[in-house]
Amino acid sequence: MLRKLLLPWLVTVLALFAAGAPAKEAVPASADPALEVRVLAVAEELRCLVCQNETIAASQADLAVDLRQQIRQKLQAGQSRQEIVDFMVARYGDFVLYRPPLKATTLLLWVGPFVLLGSAALLLLLHIRRRRLDAGLQPWSAEQAQRARALLDDGSGTGNP
Amino acid sequence: MKKVLLRYLLPLLLFAVLVGFLARGLSLNPREIPSPLIDKPAPAFSLPTLDAPEQQLSAQDLRGKVWILNVWASWCVACRIEHPLLVEFSKTGSVPIYGLNYKDKREDAIGWLNKFGNPYTRSVSDSKGLVGIDFGVYGVPETFVIDKSGVIRFKQIGPVTPEVLRDDILPLLRKLGA
Repeated sequence: MLRKLLLPWLVTVLALFAAGAPAKEAVPASADPALEVRVLAVAEELRCLVCQNETIAASQADLAVDLRQQIRQKLQAGQSRQEIVDFMVARYGDFVLYRPPLKATTLLLWVGPFVLLGSAALLLLLHIRRRRLDAGLQPWSAEQAQRARALLDDGSGTGNP
Repeated sequence: MKKVLLRYLLPLLLFAVLVGFLARGLSLNPREIPSPLIDKPAPAFSLPTLDAPEQQLSAQDLRGKVWILNVWASWCVACRIEHPLLVEFSKTGSVPIYGLNYKDKREDAIGWLNKFGNPYTRSVSDSKGLVGIDFGVYGVPETFVIDKSGVIRFKQIGPVTPEVLRDDILPLLRKLGA
């Protein structure tokens, strides 16, 4: 009974997989695998603007496909990595870079976390010091030290020879 | 008193600041990325017009007037949202709207205009999307305001809303002397 119900489903699912398989296979975008490696190396540095947490290398968005094609053509035309990155930045801004440059507008981005970390560490230190004072853990006065030594030296068999 | 201030009010204050930042973050649209093209010359292009593909229209032809470039496509659902507004705006005749028909099929584009109305003085076909890339287009529809010397002065990503038209575009057009 169960098998009878399941079988059409199974066939359908398998058929879908079979139909989807050729589309899923990566089509080599150009005949030159070495070029493809270079294309992907550049594309991995760049953010896809349609799906913002993907690189242009990873994204299947139409725009990413187009931009990979642009990178490919520019590499074939002998442009350098930097020239291609500059081309993208001129059109889409620093946002396309996964490693934005350090400049006045991005200073907060780069330095901010360290400033936060530093101030948190400072606050922690101040807090620890104040708690120590609150708990009355001041260094001993000379008199207190003498009293303590006297008590220890009393020699009621605490392990001293 | 000082202790109360430090122990209770300070964290509350910090929390309020944090909430302020988060609230601001929520009200921002992460898809709106400031374009580096603002106040830069519009990229040069020369493309076949939609209605007569044997004719070319270039950015150079539009020098000396303020114009609006609207990037649209028949497959673009969000374009339908802004379209009635563009049609209405085009009737005022204040500035010409030029359409950049982005990665579209010619027949589809013409059919779409026949169905929904044509606000464009001319549309040009950017079938491969290369001019779109030059304009930094990543989310159709996009709208640019270009001044008399061919400089991009404003960019809207996503549909033009009545608010954007009223608060941003119209005042800018007045300023540019359109």
